[in-house]
Amino acid sequence: MKITMAHGSGGRATGELIEQIFAKNFNNEVLDKMEDSAVVAGNKKIAVTTDSFVVDPIEFPGGDIGRLCVCGTVNDLLMRGAKPQYLTCGFILQEGADTEVIRRIVESMAETAREAGVQIVAGDTKVVEGNGGMYINTAGVGFVEEDVEISAQQCTPGDVVIISGNMGDHHATILGCRMGIENTIKSDNAPLNEMVNALLTNKIKVHTLRDITRGGLATVLKELAQTSKCTIRLKEDSIPVSPQVRDFCGLLGLEPYYMGNEGKMVAIVAKEDAAKALELIRSSRYGQDAAIIGEVTDEEAGELWMETAIGGIRSLEILQGEGLPRIC
Amino acid sequence: MNLETIKKYLKEYDGEEVALMEVCGSHTGAISKFGIPTLLSKKIRLISGPGCPVCVTPSAYIDRLIELCKEPDTCVATFGDLMRVPGSEKNLSLAKGEGGNVRMVYSPMELLTLAKENPTTNYIFAAVGFETTTPVYALLLESLIRENIKNVKLLTALKTMPAAINWLCASGAPITGFIAPGHVSVITGSDIFKPLADKYGIPFAVAGFQGEEILEALYGLVKCQGSGKVMNFYPKVVTAEGNTVAQKKVATYFEESSAVWRGMGAIEGSGLLLRKEYAEFDAGSADLNEDKKLNKACRCDQVLMGKISPTECPLFRKVCNPMNPQGACMVSEEGSCHQYLVNNRR
Amino acid sequence: MCVALPGKVIEINDRTATVDFSGNQVKADTGLVSVKEGDYVLVHAGCIMQVMRKEEAEELEELFREVEENA
Repeated sequence: MKITMAHGSGGRATGELIEQIFAKNFNNEVLDKMEDSAVVAGNKKIAVTTDSFVVDPIEFPGGDIGRLCVCGTVNDLLMRGAKPQYLTCGFILQEGADTEVIRRIVESMAETAREAGVQIVAGDTKVVEGNGGMYINTAGVGFVEEDVEISAQQCTPGDVVIISGNMGDHHATILGCRMGIENTIKSDNAPLNEMVNALLTNKIKVHTLRDITRGGLATVLKELAQTSKCTIRLKEDSIPVSPQVRDFCGLLGLEPYYMGNEGKMVAIVAKEDAAKALELIRSSRYGQDAAIIGEVTDEEAGELWMETAIGGIRSLEILQGEGLPRIC
Repeated sequence: MNLETIKKYLKEYDGEEVALMEVCGSHTGAISKFGIPTLLSKKIRLISGPGCPVCVTPSAYIDRLIELCKEPDTCVATFGDLMRVPGSEKNLSLAKGEGGNVRMVYSPMELLTLAKENPTTNYIFAAVGFETTTPVYALLLESLIRENIKNVKLLTALKTMPAAINWLCASGAPITGFIAPGHVSVITGSDIFKPLADKYGIPFAVAGFQGEEILEALYGLVKCQGSGKVMNFYPKVVTAEGNTVAQKKVATYFEESSAVWRGMGAIEGSGLLLRKEYAEFDAGSADLNEDKKLNKACRCDQVLMGKISPTECPLFRKVCNPMNPQGACMVSEEGSCHQYLVNNRR
Repeated sequence: MCVALPGKVIEINDRTATVDFSGNQVKADTGLVSVKEGDYVLVHAGCIMQVMRKEEAEELEELFREVEENA
């Protein structure tokens, strides 16, 4: 069945769509009440975030917009040391969207929510004119323990920079789909609960966590260096990138340090805890390729320097422009 | 030769000051990417040359593409990096937003399929490029003729390197050696630089695009300064005579012409136009010579000639940046200004 | 755009080759070169520009000898 404007009318078609696809998959005691707003148990310190997902194509190797929206929201909460609890989701469907595709996406969302230990407690559906696409907006709430204080301002000279795995997989997957380059690259979209929990429960001195999404590693680290008024130094040959993604980037004149990811984080941790932190991340789900890639120094505020494979020093900026494929 | 020996020599070099120009935009990119300036002695200065085909395309050419994309049943096909090059008033990206029919492609050969699928659309390919890209257009023309496809034309802004390098040397640009463009040389062969090396008594080194390959070429240029030597440090794909099949195909369809380089003006014999017998494939490429500056203070011309470093332009970073480029060197990712800015080169 | 990476030709079908770059496969026109399956090639804007040459090591060695003599 195809979505029509009637599915956004608020009438019978809307009701059926919600009942047959959304409520059926997201069922829990809060959502099932179908009230105007969800009333949930709270905590003294909570983390709140929101995000919108407009990825095209909506299904891609390794994931889909449903899994992506849960991972993106959950990971944003985790990066402040929060335990993710509740999600809301607003669907904006274009006319002509296929209900079978919507069903697959919603099932994928529900499964990812279960994996990430969150409940989807409120939702909304609207229909707009268009040609069969869909967008999802989410909000997320997480609980933060009293003594947890993780933020982008806390990178400290001497700290060690760890990333949780290979760079660029998600971005390369989406670009590959759009450009018709055949490969076996899969999106890394994943919820990072297990590795963050492992760091927190083992009382690792984690100063900063960031998920490495749009703009890529270089953008994220440059922003951290600016916010924390420090220098971050990296070693290029320690940054993990799969050979296939490396050559994919080479083909299009892109760099893995500016490619987006959807299941990777950077952890800035106190030097004495670095080895233990690396081991904990590596033994967690989605963290087997984690690596120490650099350190925080007090040289200059807001600088990101990378020692290249031949020993040169390169200064990295935040991503500029949109990264168009080049002629030469 | 051992890489460490080369690095040590280049870092500790204390002889005559040398100024080496990398002509090719991909070399400018690679030099930044590998952090090469930090591996050189202060006596070795690198200058970025006019080797980004997009950067040297005059504004009249962009204006013509903008007119064409708004004509009925017409589609302008282009490589991505031409989209944001400023014409006299706007760029192709904005023209597309205003309803112009513009399509980005990865290869000109995609037009064969597109033209067959949409026989009532007239496709215009924005054929910019140096010697590396021109053979691809020759192949496209060959296929258009073979398959009797009538709805594809080229709007050309094709440039050739030797005449431009000659112009630079003759204009007194302070250059003591050239890193010769690697992929241009794949087609032309390294011998093409011999007359220039002889005439001006300066060395040319053809280089690949890996860090080691560029360091090797720099080593050769510093060691052989003052000699008119042509060195091929990229024998993996470059020979003395080049790709002769490609040269022949280019000569079949194109002939030498004068060409206007953005900021530098017209240079005799530095361009290619379609031969008269193939005029039916030309979308009006001759005489697109007007070259209007977007911002009067823009110094792209002097940057392209190696007379100033991008950081010496008063607009650099403050007014001119990749989000709001005032000149072509900032638009293309291969442009000197873009490369200097995104890599914080000083 | 010009790809400085060597790709391996894994299949040739009429005028079009399938070229592999560490598991990424692209199609490239073979009209500018004579090429066979198994060759490593340089690709630019959808066309093979050149086949990688095997003589490069000796030629580089020879060039460095010349450079040292010149200096």
